[in-house]
Amino acid sequence: MKEIVIKADGLTKKFGDFIATNAISFQVEKGEIFGFLGANGAGKTTAMRMLCGLSIPSSGKATVAGFDVYKETEHIKQNIGYMSQKFSLYEDLTVKENIRFYAGIYGMSRTSIKEKMTALLAQLQMTAEENTLVKALPLGWKQKLAFSVAILHEPKIVFLDEPTGGVDPVTRREFWNLIYEAAANGITVFVTTHYMDEAEYCDRVSIMVDGVIEALDTPGNLKTIFNAASMDDVFLQLARGAKRTAD
Amino acid sequence: MKQFFIFVKKEFYHIFRDRKSLLIIIMMPIVQIILFGFALTNEIKDSNIAILDNARDESSAAIIQRLDASRYFNVYKNLQTQQDIETAFKTGKVRLVVVFQPKFQESLLHTNHAQIQLIADASDPNTATTVTNYATNIIGDYQQQLNEQLQVPLQIKPEIRMLYNPQLKGAYNFVPGVMAMILILIAAMMTSVAIVREKEINTMEVILVSPLKPLLFILSKAIPYIVLSLVNVVTILIVSVTILDVPINGSLFLLMAESLLFIITAVSLGLMISNFTKTQQEAQMFSLMALLLPTLLLGGFMFPIESMPLPLQVVSNIVPSKWYYLIVKDVMIKGLGFSQVWKETLVLLGMSLFLLAVSFKKFKIRLS
Amino acid sequence: MNAVTVNNIIKTYGTKKETVKALDDISFDVKPGELFGIIGPDGAGKTSLFRILTTLLLAEGGTATVDGFDVVKDYKQIRNRVGYMPGKFSLYQDLTVEENLEFFATIFNTSIEANYDLIKDIYIQIEPFKERRAGKLSGGMKQKLALCCALIHRPSVLFLDEPTTGVDAVSRKEFWEMLKGLKKQGITILVSTPYMDEAAMCDRVALMQSGKIMSINTPENIIKEFKKRIWAVRSQEMYRLLTDLKKYSNTESCNSFGEFHHLVLKDEGQGEEPVLNYLKEQQHKNIIIKTTEPNIEDCFMQLMQKN
Repeated sequence: MKEIVIKADGLTKKFGDFIATNAISFQVEKGEIFGFLGANGAGKTTAMRMLCGLSIPSSGKATVAGFDVYKETEHIKQNIGYMSQKFSLYEDLTVKENIRFYAGIYGMSRTSIKEKMTALLAQLQMTAEENTLVKALPLGWKQKLAFSVAILHEPKIVFLDEPTGGVDPVTRREFWNLIYEAAANGITVFVTTHYMDEAEYCDRVSIMVDGVIEALDTPGNLKTIFNAASMDDVFLQLARGAKRTAD
Repeated sequence: MKQFFIFVKKEFYHIFRDRKSLLIIIMMPIVQIILFGFALTNEIKDSNIAILDNARDESSAAIIQRLDASRYFNVYKNLQTQQDIETAFKTGKVRLVVVFQPKFQESLLHTNHAQIQLIADASDPNTATTVTNYATNIIGDYQQQLNEQLQVPLQIKPEIRMLYNPQLKGAYNFVPGVMAMILILIAAMMTSVAIVREKEINTMEVILVSPLKPLLFILSKAIPYIVLSLVNVVTILIVSVTILDVPINGSLFLLMAESLLFIITAVSLGLMISNFTKTQQEAQMFSLMALLLPTLLLGGFMFPIESMPLPLQVVSNIVPSKWYYLIVKDVMIKGLGFSQVWKETLVLLGMSLFLLAVSFKKFKIRLS
Repeated sequence: MNAVTVNNIIKTYGTKKETVKALDDISFDVKPGELFGIIGPDGAGKTSLFRILTTLLLAEGGTATVDGFDVVKDYKQIRNRVGYMPGKFSLYQDLTVEENLEFFATIFNTSIEANYDLIKDIYIQIEPFKERRAGKLSGGMKQKLALCCALIHRPSVLFLDEPTTGVDAVSRKEFWEMLKGLKKQGITILVSTPYMDEAAMCDRVALMQSGKIMSINTPENIIKEFKKRIWAVRSQEMYRLLTDLKKYSNTESCNSFGEFHHLVLKDEGQGEEPVLNYLKEQQHKNIIIKTTEPNIEDCFMQLMQKN
């Protein structure tokens, strides 16, 4: 029985009368690559916010890395990593400065920062760019760097919000190689994406529609259940019926 | 604790790498200290005064000489007749006229007292009070000096008349000043922000790729703020007249026309600023620094311009608010007509045409 | 006459010390009524190219025409007749749907009624929300509104810069249906997108990367140009399969493609047998290996590797 790192039970978030996330329940195992899909407005972002300790649920229960999402949000934040397409690194700081900053925020010691930074830069083949301002880097490099920074402090879980948007196909796959490696090292990856082929790389996928999880299974099983040729097909079948298209 | 320090360090990086803001943060205090310290003062220095010497005797000459020699005053003109006094004030060149009664010395010798009239331009009541005080002191010194050698003391009584503003109401001075300030803020800053906003929200791209001519675009941005500014002028005038008891001694029509001219000047300043700022924040900051601050400090209603060092006096000539403030004071408080303010009007007109031409030429029809 | 011609366009940014070449000698033509796709990731130069063609930017080198008009000299005529939807949302957030549409119609000296037939199919989808402020619409609806505003004056050429980026998969599909519908009305459409699968919907595409065009052709021909065979491979442990295939001596390239990995061999003579044996040696279970058609993304990556 593998260790459960995320457990949600009837997790709900209401904004006035509007139920953004409606009693979702699921579990994620350690080292899993869990795809969290859904159309815009389906309630994905709201759900992720609750799991990251950024928003208090209206009702229901959830624990992340063993910590309660109501009372122990600070512990959650210390044990997770986060990266999104919209913001990852400070553009007017250098590569090195960004790494040092985030490592410092997570309380890493000077020696361990130095060690990890050298290893990270070598792995990404960016050792020569350590003093380059992030805004001068191509997008793909930024995203790979942001991911590596997000897991620098070896969190139990890393939350990725559409990390590969707009990135060229080669770099996209390099990014997923990094994700695979992280998962192989025991870091659970919770990722949302609009690329349906990336859904295939996940161990299991959940699809949210109108605030509810309409499907949760391995990609293979989902295709069988929905009689679909691809995850794209599965998604379209589910999302087409969606009533909510609010952003 | 380490978290705190690393965050502070990061913030410093951000600050130092933003050259524009850094310039303002470092330069602004220095500029302000220099301005306030050296230049901007309520003290009087070399203020122009005029003398109507009906006596032309030794005593009057002595007093005149002391006034001229003092660092506060500079005798600008010797007037000949009573009518000349009015003209002197109308041209706005003097703040004070000193009138000696005929047979001044004779009166002193035979009756032990004589009169000097100090007529001050009280449209700026603070400065008027200051100049009359200084003049009174100088006359008092002379009186004391004479009395040292005499048995029976003499008395020279200065009769003080505050012209235009006998009750020395501060509102007479600051209402024109506030008008200049408000119009610069609304007309200039808001127009520039409105144009730059289109750049920030990306609608500018779509507008450019359309048949809309740049001229029409600029006009449509300016007109709402011109109208609003006129409404503001009316509001300020109503409040000033009814609540603050400030009169409108001159032609209301002239006042509104000049205000419209100044509004156009302000709008063209806003257009200029919008041409080279990219974000609303930049436009606002620039408007405040380059428009509001000079209006306040060099406009002439908070600090008398003639007391500033020459370089600042020269600079104040390119501050449009200075000219508008003079016009409003002349028309509203002194009740003067167009024939007295045509020079200032011409200056504003020239500035407007120049700014409009330049900002129209510099209007970017492409993203750079 | 071509709807759009581009000749040796060069665009650079930056200071004299550090110049970045956003567009490096780009040339292509678009025929009237064509649905032409510019496919490439961020940084390829798509937005710079569109801005040059819509006369918003000046190129440092080369020439271009739209509807026969030069983008530099005749910019006014071009601005009167093209429709443009920039990358980021560019309508007035605090005006309603209807107010935005009316505004743009008037700016283009026309009215909503005049060309309603053109936008009807699209507008119908957002009409129930016509009193809502544009800022409160979902991503998909914003795109539909922006498209209507770009079409309202019946442009001869339509430039759409990444219209489907950041929009959910369902809206993306709907958007392309709308474009196909517009094509029937004879409007030339240039679309840029980072999504490779959208290339299949275009008449012709230009694959762009780092300021250069790697290939211009119909999607079918681009796939035909892919000279080698693609093997789709799958096993129980996909990640290990990927690393093992990459280590295999006869592998030219191996990339993950969702459910299968796409494998290209250096020497194709012996078919899949040796690969199958190798994988069995590596203890892979449930191995599936079969030939498959390359898609645009395969071609794109191969071209990227070549450059």
